[in-house]
Amino acid sequence: MDERKVRESATFPPHVIAEIQRAASEGLYYIRGAGAKRPVPTFDDLVFLGASISRYPLEGYREKCDTNVTIGTRFAKKPIELKIPITIAGMSFGALGANAKQALGHGASAMGTSTTTGDGGMTEEEREASDILVYQYLPSRYGMEPDQLRKADAIEVVAGQGAKPGGGGMLLGQKITDRVAQMRTLPKGIDQRSACRHPDWTGPDDLEIKIQELREITDWEKPIYIKVGATRTKFDTMLAVKAGADAIVIDGMQGGTAATQTCFIEDVGIPTLPAVRQAVEALKELDMHREVQLIVSGGMRTGGDVAKALALGADAVSIGMASLMALNCNAPIYEEDYHALGTRPGSCHHCHTGKCPVGITTQDPELEKRLDPELGAQRVRNYLATLTLECQTLARACGKSHVHNLEPEDMVALTMEAAAMARVPLAGTDWIPGWS
Amino acid sequence: MHTLDLDRMAVRDVNQRLHSDAAGTDTDQRYEILNPMGRHAIAVGLDHPFDVTVRGHAGYYCGSMNKEATVTIDGNAGVGVAENIMSGTVHVTGYASQSAAATGHGGLVVIGGDASARCGISMKGVDIVVGGSVGHMSAFMAQSGHMVVCGDAGESFGDSIYEAQLFVRGSVESLGADCIEKEMGPEHVETVRGLLERAGIDADPAEFRRYGSARQLYNFKIGNIGYY
Repeated sequence: MDERKVRESATFPPHVIAEIQRAASEGLYYIRGAGAKRPVPTFDDLVFLGASISRYPLEGYREKCDTNVTIGTRFAKKPIELKIPITIAGMSFGALGANAKQALGHGASAMGTSTTTGDGGMTEEEREASDILVYQYLPSRYGMEPDQLRKADAIEVVAGQGAKPGGGGMLLGQKITDRVAQMRTLPKGIDQRSACRHPDWTGPDDLEIKIQELREITDWEKPIYIKVGATRTKFDTMLAVKAGADAIVIDGMQGGTAATQTCFIEDVGIPTLPAVRQAVEALKELDMHREVQLIVSGGMRTGGDVAKALALGADAVSIGMASLMALNCNAPIYEEDYHALGTRPGSCHHCHTGKCPVGITTQDPELEKRLDPELGAQRVRNYLATLTLECQTLARACGKSHVHNLEPEDMVALTMEAAAMARVPLAGTDWIPGWS
Repeated sequence: MHTLDLDRMAVRDVNQRLHSDAAGTDTDQRYEILNPMGRHAIAVGLDHPFDVTVRGHAGYYCGSMNKEATVTIDGNAGVGVAENIMSGTVHVTGYASQSAAATGHGGLVVIGGDASARCGISMKGVDIVVGGSVGHMSAFMAQSGHMVVCGDAGESFGDSIYEAQLFVRGSVESLGADCIEKEMGPEHVETVRGLLERAGIDADPAEFRRYGSARQLYNFKIGNIGYY
């Protein structure tokens, strides 16, 4: 066979053919974990304009570059103070095992930042492990208890998630152990469905009253976030402000999930890059930028990503998948167990199976032993420290004494798509496609 | 009895008073709240066996997330009355709007009149007794607890139900996915009798019919695709 004459179809590459044939065999959508695998415009398509003659940089290892951020300055009596602008995103106990939650809590606490609960409520272990814990208030209300609201440092009303805007959650039966079932008041072993919208409010007017209720229950102490999947980001941001949020979490389509339909992961939502810009525009239009804090998530990986999100106007970022990778998600260890799942390190998205080869997204006690929570905490701490150092390095190079002083003017885009989405000029030009 | 007048106090002050008094030593644990005038989030997040009476109509989420207290709304209640109740009792003497007792984990919720759509949505252990009828999609995704409806139930009753038990004396317009009628045994009659007694509603428990989960949608199956 002459290999040069064998050409794959761009429309029907092997993975598409495989999915068509799987669908033909099973008759049901494919459910998986992790985030979008399709290429989308990202922060990689932006670069910083380091200082030279027209700007002067700060000395890399001598001059101060602060990273602290306060969340909840609008209404909460007790805003939260983070030492770094990088938080750990909401991930449930159930989706993650107890060791993973503990490792994330201790690692984040060591860096002075927050972690977040998820569906199913708050575990004692994560409260103990996390100095600053944000409590998610989700449509399912699984495990939702007022005592947990009162124990939390902030409350995040989840209206949507980047991996599945408009969709509810899933936790497949193989992960519903006795403890998870008890926490969620559900029979063991069932495929647990989480509702896609809240049972007692719809729309921004109701949301305003819902926020009032949560504030009344907690005596107006806790910052209240609203989290949305990035879709109609400008409108959603404006409505969240109108509803009385202290902070808004925008989760781009690269954000991960424990399990949902692939068509949600790949085909719904907009990338994080344009979402952050739209959210900032909305806040500025309302004169609420920096008054209502903006937290951005969805595919954050490096200090460069963090710095670019902050330069576009975010107050902080949140990381989910990347923090799991710091715990060895997709690491080339226990390779035979990846193979048993039909995958390999680097491509695994089998969080939904409960058979996580590295013991993170599992409730299996034997698999969980593969994640030492103390070692995991150290890895999370190291990773967060690296992101922070990278972000500071870039900020100093742009002459900034606080990472929040980064601004869009410090960046240019390498592609027309990124230029249009981030509304910064294409590199070497003054041109912003669609705007100038 | 302590009197808290919402014409003279903000809702915030009333709630904070109720929260702070829980740690106090006052032996008088009875409160009346005057002039609610449809205000939202009255008497929420109580965590003490107070006896609170709201004299008039309340807005959204009255008595929500209650623990231990007895809250009586002497009037009608807005959306989400007794939302996520954990224990204690919330009693509405009149009618209730949508999502009454939504996600309630425990305790007793009594609605003297009718309750609108989605009564008991995602209930997780609460007992609900409705003197009148309930609207469409009531007991949607009901996980645990009991709902007793002395009147009729609207369409898609008990849709996607888990392990909650539902009892209706009148007609059911339609049952939702995976909700079926089940045999009413003597133990169920006793359950209904007990709930009616606790609610102070005079009705014959033998006249009720029982509904619950067929448990066919608990795991995703290709054969059930029409229900998803």
